[in-house]
Amino acid sequence: MSYIRKPKFQHPDLQTNDLGFTRRDYEGTLTTLCGGCGHDSISAAIIQAAAEMSLEPHRVAKISGIGCSSKIPSYFLSKSHGFNSVHGRMPSVATGANLANKNLHYVGISGDGDSASIGLGQFCHIVRRRINMLYIVANNGTYGLTKGQLSATADLGSKTKAGDESLYDNIDMATLAIELGASFVARSFSGDKQQLIPLIQAGLTHKGFAFIDVVSPCVTFNNTDFSTHGYKNTWENYVSLGQIDFVPMQKEITTSYAAGKDKEITLHDGSVIHLHKAGKNYDPSNKENAIHHINTHKKNGEIATGLLYINQSTSDFHELQDTVDKSFNELSFHDLCPGNESLQDINHTFK
Amino acid sequence: MKPTNIKNPDYFHKVVDCQWACPAHTPVPEYIRLITEKRYSDAYMINWHSNVFPGILGRTCDRPCEPACRRGRVEEEPVAICRLKRVAADYKSDIRDRLPTIPKKKNGRHIALIGAGPASLTVARDLLPLGYEITLFEKDHLSGGAMRTQIPRFRLPSEVLEEELHYILDMGINCRFGEEITSMKALLHEGFDAVFVGTGAPLGKRLELPGFEEAEANIHTGIEWLANVAFEHISSIGKKVIVLGGGNTAMDCCRTSKRLGGEQVTVTVRSGFDEMKASPWEIEDATNEDIPIVNFHVPKRYILKDGKLSGMEFQKVEKEYDSDGKRLLVPTGEDPVIIPCDDVLCAIGQENSFPWIERDLGIEFDQWELPILNKDTFQSTHEKIFFGGDSALGPDNIITAVAHGHDAALSIHLICQNQDINDRPVPLTRLNSQKMGIHQWSYENDISSDVRYAVPHAQKEKTLNDLNLEVELGFDEELAFNETMRCLNCDVQTVFSDKLCIECDACVDICPTDCITFTGNSEEQTLRKNLLAPAKNSDQDIYVSDILETGRIMAKNEDLCLHCGLCAERCPTSAWDMQKYLFNTAKAENACQN
Repeated sequence: MSYIRKPKFQHPDLQTNDLGFTRRDYEGTLTTLCGGCGHDSISAAIIQAAAEMSLEPHRVAKISGIGCSSKIPSYFLSKSHGFNSVHGRMPSVATGANLANKNLHYVGISGDGDSASIGLGQFCHIVRRRINMLYIVANNGTYGLTKGQLSATADLGSKTKAGDESLYDNIDMATLAIELGASFVARSFSGDKQQLIPLIQAGLTHKGFAFIDVVSPCVTFNNTDFSTHGYKNTWENYVSLGQIDFVPMQKEITTSYAAGKDKEITLHDGSVIHLHKAGKNYDPSNKENAIHHINTHKKNGEIATGLLYINQSTSDFHELQDTVDKSFNELSFHDLCPGNESLQDINHTFK
Repeated sequence: MKPTNIKNPDYFHKVVDCQWACPAHTPVPEYIRLITEKRYSDAYMINWHSNVFPGILGRTCDRPCEPACRRGRVEEEPVAICRLKRVAADYKSDIRDRLPTIPKKKNGRHIALIGAGPASLTVARDLLPLGYEITLFEKDHLSGGAMRTQIPRFRLPSEVLEEELHYILDMGINCRFGEEITSMKALLHEGFDAVFVGTGAPLGKRLELPGFEEAEANIHTGIEWLANVAFEHISSIGKKVIVLGGGNTAMDCCRTSKRLGGEQVTVTVRSGFDEMKASPWEIEDATNEDIPIVNFHVPKRYILKDGKLSGMEFQKVEKEYDSDGKRLLVPTGEDPVIIPCDDVLCAIGQENSFPWIERDLGIEFDQWELPILNKDTFQSTHEKIFFGGDSALGPDNIITAVAHGHDAALSIHLICQNQDINDRPVPLTRLNSQKMGIHQWSYENDISSDVRYAVPHAQKEKTLNDLNLEVELGFDEELAFNETMRCLNCDVQTVFSDKLCIECDACVDICPTDCITFTGNSEEQTLRKNLLAPAKNSDQDIYVSDILETGRIMAKNEDLCLHCGLCAERCPTSAWDMQKYLFNTAKAENACQN
């Protein structure tokens, strides 16, 4: 970690967004992660994404569990709400928070230990319950905080820094999320912000459960030549679905794209995802196709990245539960306790 | 773009904007750090070696370094570099034992210096330690040149001036003061091995308008009048004074008038304020002394009453641009303005004058009566004759004269040692890592975000009544410390090793000013646009690495780098390192080592 504060000076041409904020206003405290940790690039990507989208910081809640990954929320959006919860229990806290106030943007940050081991059950259930949030797994295939043991997402044959080989096949978080009913599933790499930033923006805009599995190398314990989660291996075996652009709803008019050249996906609020190159021939609305795509590349030792799956027709938790329009935290005492007369009316229906 | 050659001595020198802008290339951040550590004498000596007159320049320099200061690009105001130099001079201890020793045995070469101003004294300073015999001619009885005659004592106290002049004079110079050279030919007959001309730009101008002849007794040339005040030949002026001109001499004239009995002192300028040549801080000091400066007033005639000067008539003008974009001053058509006055001081420029140099000696002059010189060696068309300071390239400033002096001394040394005058020694450079441990550097990288500290001034009631009382009090030690902490240490360079880089983006993510980008290579103009933050300042270079493993390059925009070292702190492989670049120009002592 660095001992100095990040200087306040910023680039004089740094753009301000619709709220008058620059990207620097979306920063958090100075990182205490190891220098070179992929997680810092995820923070930087979230900061950039939020600034470009003009997110109001006080309308964002960031929730995490335990682990290096779960420290990330300290390093972005210091003016937002935050909850650093128990190991593997971020999904429960996120579910509770979303239940209480459905009008915030929820950003859940977890890691491969937090979500694929101790919290795997919680992960499965939050996907299944379709909580409207963006769930990011900073996936480095190792337990960095406990000095580099193999995690459940380490690929078969991958080795730790100490030389231990993974004897088991990995849990593929993206495939799992698709199987369990996530309506937005993407994979990216901390080193590729051009892809990661629009995916984060699309995930934050998507209505329903959005999941991004981000390969985020652990520079201290899992960045060797014989690790499949290091920078070198990821750069070499990285297969992208091509350039992706996110155009927020209000910006649509000013940006022009050549019609027919890209695939366009319009989100519920009018924002558009543009998929270029390889992405325009890929059908992200087909579950089986997505899983097949991931597995085919995996067989070749490759990492399939990009927007792998999206389904905009599913309902989120609140719609399925048919909750009231108002968020629960805005309900008044009278709404919640309407008095004896209402109780009598209800009781009457059971007679 | 091709990978940057950081071995080129100019590359990192250019990143140290202040040093690059300084005509004498003083290692500014190095001495500022020493002031932070209260090592005032060390800071002073670094200055003394580069610019010879730290105490004088710390009060009077034109400060080309400050507009160049990087701090001015990331916030409003540059570091108060000039006034920190004064701090080194004010708080140093006795440094006489650090001055070079002068060999008793001379090398048999004898050099004549004409004019005892900053350029000549620099030549003497550089050549005396090498065993040269120096004869210094000066028409006045005292040395210092323009530093003594044109800068009033309330800006430069005489003890500061004398101290720094004597560091050189006491090295053993054959002084022939009070002896005006009237013939170069005669001087050459004295058999000097080389002659250096540092006679300044001594010719002031007076504005000859209708009424001039009758009013002449009360119309003075600014620089002559200031010199007469300095030599105490003049001790009073009329109650109403007009100063014509908008340069630093005009500012000194008006402030001096105010101290010699001028009650209504007015400065008039032909053009607009934005075109005034005076340094902003000198204008500010004049304004603080309640001296009105009126712009767009073109002098038309001297008005006489009873055969004596009583005022001046001005035409009011305004600025317009013609179709070629040339600035014109067009009369507004308003009534002429009459400003009453008893005396007029003309500070409207000065010129070179060499009536004493015969034109058949092989010294050629151009159409402006300036000697034709080699701009690197300061050699004239006569092999043994050199020029420096204002007499070389026209009126400029002290620090430029010092820089000329260094170059001319080197040239004189080379010809006296029968070496090629054009084969200049390379600058002395050093690049050393500042890493002390994990995230520990041998410089303070936690820079202060304070705004520039103002230098305290003495009370106006006192200073306006005492011609010799210094107006600026200088920083005290605490203010100086705080101001030094504003320096960005631009000499501590970000050095990148492409072989070590794993392209993790840690440096990109941490950089406060978006300097670093990893991207595909392209030619410079395209690359400048493709950076994380476009690099619009084409005066500043892009530091480009060789091709990295992913086929991309690292491109760093030097323009706004804070040298905070966070890139190096976050780098897991030490591909970034903070390395201090010390640059010193080669002087006479560095040549002919064999």
